[in-house]
Amino acid sequence: MNVVIMGCGRVGARLAGMLDSKGHKVTILDIDPYSFRRITPGFGGEALIGSGTDHDALKKAGIEKADIFVSVTQGDNRNVLAAQLAKHIFKVRRVVCRIYDPIREEMYRELGLDTISPTKMGAERLFEVIGG
Amino acid sequence: MYIVIIGGGEVGYYLARVLLGEGHEVLILESENRRTSLITEELGDVVVRGDGCEARTLEEVGTGRADMLIAVTGDDEDNLVACQVAKHRFHVRKTIARIKNPMHEPLFEMLGVDATVCSTKLILAHIGQELPSHPIIPLLRLRGQGLEVMEVKIPAGSKMVGKKLSSIQLPPKSLISLVIGKTKGPQIPSADTAIEAEDEIVAVAELGSEEKLRAALMGI
Repeated sequence: MNVVIMGCGRVGARLAGMLDSKGHKVTILDIDPYSFRRITPGFGGEALIGSGTDHDALKKAGIEKADIFVSVTQGDNRNVLAAQLAKHIFKVRRVVCRIYDPIREEMYRELGLDTISPTKMGAERLFEVIGG
Repeated sequence: MYIVIIGGGEVGYYLARVLLGEGHEVLILESENRRTSLITEELGDVVVRGDGCEARTLEEVGTGRADMLIAVTGDDEDNLVACQVAKHRFHVRKTIARIKNPMHEPLFEMLGVDATVCSTKLILAHIGQELPSHPIIPLLRLRGQGLEVMEVKIPAGSKMVGKKLSSIQLPPKSLISLVIGKTKGPQIPSADTAIEAEDEIVAVAELGSEEKLRAALMGI
């Protein structure tokens, strides 16, 4: 499948490597080329400099043919804007968006976005491990 | 009216000053301490330090009873989220967002932001009146129907000169509502009206169909 990932941080780079090794066609976008150092060795996909909130950068990354779009930059709001752009304007079938703020995450889930809050998941997992 | 402004930069500050002067109740949410103290010093107790995208902060400032929320931070994404939280959590009747990237306009509209103001687009509209390379000028957005009023200038050498309006294939849902001739002045056009050189044509068309309208009227 064609996957576009916005944000080449630890999570984005790792996810890109995982998907690439499974044979998916991955393009990863980041505004900072220095972030591409995190890309795992042997990655066969594409790394492009550009913002996922910009139509032209998204088109260059192949958003029009993407089956999946994932937004994992450090900014919740940037992720939310890019995800909604991918979903509503470019009609990407599967859009997943990281939102750290659990309250914001809940609202966007209600609005129909596929969301993940690492804050909530992390706290819940830690709570389990501690045996709270 | 009670108006909540997100972002206490220059735009937020001058907006608040005018609205306060008109007797409205205004509250600015600003995340930076320096700006917060500066505005308090200038305008009094009308600013709260906080993140205007956070539901909790918006609740603290009574967004539930706000008539309007205006998001004028420097970031399109922050303005979008502030407006969406205001709409969906607090049912604010009117939300207005400042945007920098003109291409974000249709998305914001689709997501329920009531109005967008894009300085980039406004400047381009002014340039458009001077430059023949920008023959289409957006004049006005019509709310609700997703329509826009636009002006197209017919260059002197255009191959459309002499053609009747009835022979032009316009994009769907568009309409030529006014023709301003260089010497004849404004006229309400009919199917038989022929295009003349340097006519200014005012048309209503669907948002995003500028290119198609331009192509139809320029004979491209």
